Amino acid sequence: MGKTISEKILSSHSGADANAGEIVIAELDYMMAQDGTAPLAIRSFEGMGHDEVARPERVALCIDHNAPSPLRSVSQLHDIMRRFASEHGLELNDVGEGVCHQVMLDKAHVVPGSLVIGADSHTCTYGAVNAFATGVGSTDMAAGMMSGSLWFRVPETAKVTVTGKLPEGVWSKDIALMMVGGITADGATYMALEIGGPAISDLSLDGRLTISNLAVEMGAKVGLMEADEKTLEFFKGRTKAEFQPVRADSDAVYASDLEFDVTSLEPQIAKPHTVDNVVPVGEVEGTPVAEGLIGTCTNGRLEDLRAAAGILKGEKVAPGVRLIVAPASREVMLMALREGLIEVFTEAGGSVLCPGCASCVGTHQGVPGDGENVISTANRNFKGRMGNPEAFIYLASPATVAASCIEGKIADPRRYNG
Amino acid sequence: MVIKGKAHRFGDDINTDYIISGRHKFKTLDMDELACHVMEDLDPRFYECLEKGDFIVAGKNFGCGSSREQAPLALKHAGIAGVLAGSFARIYFRNSINNGLPALVCDTSDIAEGDELEIDLEAGAIRDVTKGLELNSSPLPKVMLDILSEGGMVEYMKKHGRLTLKRESA
Repeated sequence: MGKTISEKILSSHSGADANAGEIVIAELDYMMAQDGTAPLAIRSFEGMGHDEVARPERVALCIDHNAPSPLRSVSQLHDIMRRFASEHGLELNDVGEGVCHQVMLDKAHVVPGSLVIGADSHTCTYGAVNAFATGVGSTDMAAGMMSGSLWFRVPETAKVTVTGKLPEGVWSKDIALMMVGGITADGATYMALEIGGPAISDLSLDGRLTISNLAVEMGAKVGLMEADEKTLEFFKGRTKAEFQPVRADSDAVYASDLEFDVTSLEPQIAKPHTVDNVVPVGEVEGTPVAEGLIGTCTNGRLEDLRAAAGILKGEKVAPGVRLIVAPASREVMLMALREGLIEVFTEAGGSVLCPGCASCVGTHQGVPGDGENVISTANRNFKGRMGNPEAFIYLASPATVAASCIEGKIADPRRYNG
Repeated sequence: MVIKGKAHRFGDDINTDYIISGRHKFKTLDMDELACHVMEDLDPRFYECLEKGDFIVAGKNFGCGSSREQAPLALKHAGIAGVLAGSFARIYFRNSINNGLPALVCDTSDIAEGDELEIDLEAGAIRDVTKGLELNSSPLPKVMLDILSEGGMVEYMKKHGRLTLKRESA
């Protein structure tokens, strides 16, 4: 009987013949934690009583959620990370390196066919480069650091095929939101997604990462895609490591088969306060916005900034609207600077922040006011997510956020085509 | 061991930002401090009305969203003895067991706010004393039972050094 991508990767990393529903203990290729989860992981690690990290060359800690630190108490937590990384010889990505998930990709800590855990739910993002990558909590991360391995339940897989040609002005974020709206917040709980089809192959790697990023918003464990020339091109020059992409067998067994056609897809919006509360932009057009956010692990890459800058060039952000732009990593920031995108955002009246999670998590850098509507390229819009339970968060593509900030209200970005 | 407590009802899709907001959990590792803020965006009086040993009873997809382990930890420090839900999001489920906070999957639709519950954790048997209902929770995979029996993952790893469990079906 054929195997899915998940069954193959968990088999090769555990030495077992892994099938969906079974439990395996697998060796980890890489582990990551960020400043919201690492301090607790370090505390758990120390509680486990052994003092050596099994594979220090396979661990990265990232300071991104609260970067730069807004408070003394946060700085103290960052200090714990710096000291631990130094003591154990772990890679530390400090303030300004960027969002953990982008840094992990930029530095090629994750490659096709690899098994990666991250103490952050959006670790599923790397599924787009054919890695079995899943989010875990701090204590699982500590167990991984201690032993270099972790237990996994081999997931059943839902095969998702996306067909059709994406219309102009409609982007991968719109595909992702459409999928979350269709599959719903717990529609893929405990499952692996294998996402493919011509509409996915047509996307750039930047675009594919956005879709895998939202896999967890459907409850999925991983959001896997196959590797192709675009994937291999990304890794060329980034790593000397040899890797082997993994494809599902043609006779692999899937728990379900879902199809989406994007031929007539319109820009999508996730309305407050759940990610699966998705409607076409037309239904909420005209809703006034006070703040826009372009960035995050979902949409902070070069393609996203280009899409937004393409609309904002020569325009101005509406009075009364704050536009915050945070490139996902130092590498993205440099590329954006060299292409003149940062100038476009600044000329238009936007505020460009240091690479990191920015306003997404509600700890600093753009907490909305009472009763305000925010339009954001992030992946979560739960009540209070951005730091104020009295605000309302609408999720959208970078193009939609840009158009909406120009008009001061939710706007269809297709009006800015060409 | 049978534990007794009152049910505190919540709905579906209770995410970890509702359980303990990002604006608090990023600032401190002091779980007793975080405990005072559990569920406050959904119910500002929740912590005040809580009695040690009470249960949270929720619908489906409890604990969705962020992977932050502060969610089950803050609940445990607030005095919650366990969470019953129609289903759990997977990262929260693992985190809860890793911290020795029982997470029981069962049909919670007939349990109401304030119902007195008696739970036999080993047997997974739940009794709603107020309603006279008997419910069974879905069994945990053996690996999770082993972790829970040691009191959590930290205790497990301290004792065993490594996960060395036989492969089995979940």
